[in-house]
Amino acid sequence: MTQYLDFEKPLAEIEGKAEELRALARANEEMDVAEEAAALDAKAAQLLVDLYKDLTPWRKCQVARHPERPHCRDYIDALFTEYTPLAGDRNFADDLAVMGGLARFNDQPVVVIGHEKGSDTKARIAHNFGMARPEGYRKAIRLMEMAGRFGLPVVTLVDTAGAYPGKGAEERGQSEAIARSTEMCLKIGVPLISIIIGEGGSGGAVAFATANRVAMLEHSIYSVISPEGCASILWKDAEKMREAAEALRLTAQNLRELAVVDRVIPEPLGGAHRDADSAFSAVRAALAEMLKELSGKDAAELVKDRRQKFLAIGSKGLPA
Amino acid sequence: MNWITNYVRPRINSIFSRREVPENLWRKCDECGTMLFHRELSDNLNVCNNCGHHMHISPRDRFTALFDGGVFTEVAVPEPLADPLKFKDQKKYPDRMKAAQKKAGEKEAMLVAAGEIGRTPIVAAAQDFSFMGGSMGMYVGNAIIAAAEEAVKLGRPLILFSAAGGARMQEGILSLMQMPRTTVAVQMLKEAGLPYIVVLTHPTTGGVTASYAMLGDVHISEPNALICFAGPRVIEQTIREKLPEGFQRAEYLLDHGMLDRVTPRTEMRNELITITRMLMGLPPQIVGDLPAPDGEADAANGGNDAAPAPSAKG
Repeated sequence: MTQYLDFEKPLAEIEGKAEELRALARANEEMDVAEEAAALDAKAAQLLVDLYKDLTPWRKCQVARHPERPHCRDYIDALFTEYTPLAGDRNFADDLAVMGGLARFNDQPVVVIGHEKGSDTKARIAHNFGMARPEGYRKAIRLMEMAGRFGLPVVTLVDTAGAYPGKGAEERGQSEAIARSTEMCLKIGVPLISIIIGEGGSGGAVAFATANRVAMLEHSIYSVISPEGCASILWKDAEKMREAAEALRLTAQNLRELAVVDRVIPEPLGGAHRDADSAFSAVRAALAEMLKELSGKDAAELVKDRRQKFLAIGSKGLPA
Repeated sequence: MNWITNYVRPRINSIFSRREVPENLWRKCDECGTMLFHRELSDNLNVCNNCGHHMHISPRDRFTALFDGGVFTEVAVPEPLADPLKFKDQKKYPDRMKAAQKKAGEKEAMLVAAGEIGRTPIVAAAQDFSFMGGSMGMYVGNAIIAAAEEAVKLGRPLILFSAAGGARMQEGILSLMQMPRTTVAVQMLKEAGLPYIVVLTHPTTGGVTASYAMLGDVHISEPNALICFAGPRVIEQTIREKLPEGFQRAEYLLDHGMLDRVTPRTEMRNELITITRMLMGLPPQIVGDLPAPDGEADAANGGNDAAPAPSAKG
């Protein structure tokens, strides 16, 4: 059973009716509802096309945060083999908001790191809703550094509302951990590819996404601040998140225009959660291509290219 | 309706109003409420003479007090695109910029300069909290890169004074991209073997703390400065409890290992001279009047003036 977003309500009604009809037919054998149900299905399919044809930035935020959207764990299971999680920052703890380890992508050994939000209440609490503490970033730093020494490409899967704003996190140096993680991203002499699969929330995302190639799923977002946060600061009203989402230009399409993102990966109609398998295969294909683009470059070249890429960002604006 | 009200009184009034008292002669300390005479306050670098509270100081005033004889050369910062996102909240971004420029009397939220402190050549950059909360946008990013490039070119240390509410929302993702961009700037300094000293001033928060402000060789803070990633209000809302007194203040960060030192503004200059001279392998600072330029003193000066990149020494 799909969870519907508020703007999908009309769709929910039609799909609900079709479902009801079929249930009636199952209970009552003389009834023939095939035709009517098919008509409803067609209507629903058309509505889905219309709804997703031109999603507003705020609706994209909602899709990007959809509770059933495939998470890091799902992508790792689907795209990689021999995934071997590695834990801990060797200092304080293992932060479950960040998962990572060794794995193979098309048989090639890589290090994969990502934010995991968790898919049910229990898991969400365990993973702290994908909001990492310093330990999470320090674990990532450790894994990236290791990848650099052993010449393994690094793949990061970004999906976080942001770094965790908690007392302990601040006490243990959240800022320093994020800064060092970004620094490590810029330092390693191996291909670093980042895919934003859901939410790219501020510094907590940059710490993983300072990569040679940054790709975004079609309905994912990447922003300096959440639309709600921006609205409450600039509009003094958190309810103005639609306007803020619009102003922040946080969609994959806008970010591609600004050359912040290198590639937009198409999602199945209605978002990745409606057809996870086709989302996985689109990501698989994009990742393979990006790895190929970077293969054959030596360490110095990779580091230089990454730096140049970020130094050049900002030379392109959006049309009025 | 006689000549007294029509003529004499206005004349008298105008004589008195001409002797207008300049505004801002006195300033009230934000902390203890003491009225402070402006000249005494500025002589004390905007540190309250009564309670030692550190008030805002503009980058220009800071540099005037920092550099020898108040002499420094501004380093040009490449101009970024204006309003790349065509950002509009309740006001248009270009309008907000104009208002900020008028208020602060500066072009943007960071000033970069080259000069000497205690005859030690340095490059310095200072962020201006009074300019849109010191927010880090493309200009600030460009300024830090320009500062690092200048330092590398001249073989000098970079001293950066941070002060910011975080990233500039009106530049959206492009402000966020200043986190990696400024990190590249820090790496340039490290590769050239040049010291990078961060002086964290009140307040240093958000993406600024989580990038160049936490990547220094030495971290010094002014007393009681708020230094954090997430602000206290956000944390209180998240964890639903009151935070202890002094949480995320400089002394707290010192206790938790995030800073090397907490130093009052009035002692900062000397400390910066001492530290940079040691890191640059220069002889101790000569305090007081310089002896006649011959003999031993000459050798000491030679060390100052040449200031070769320490990387050249290995």
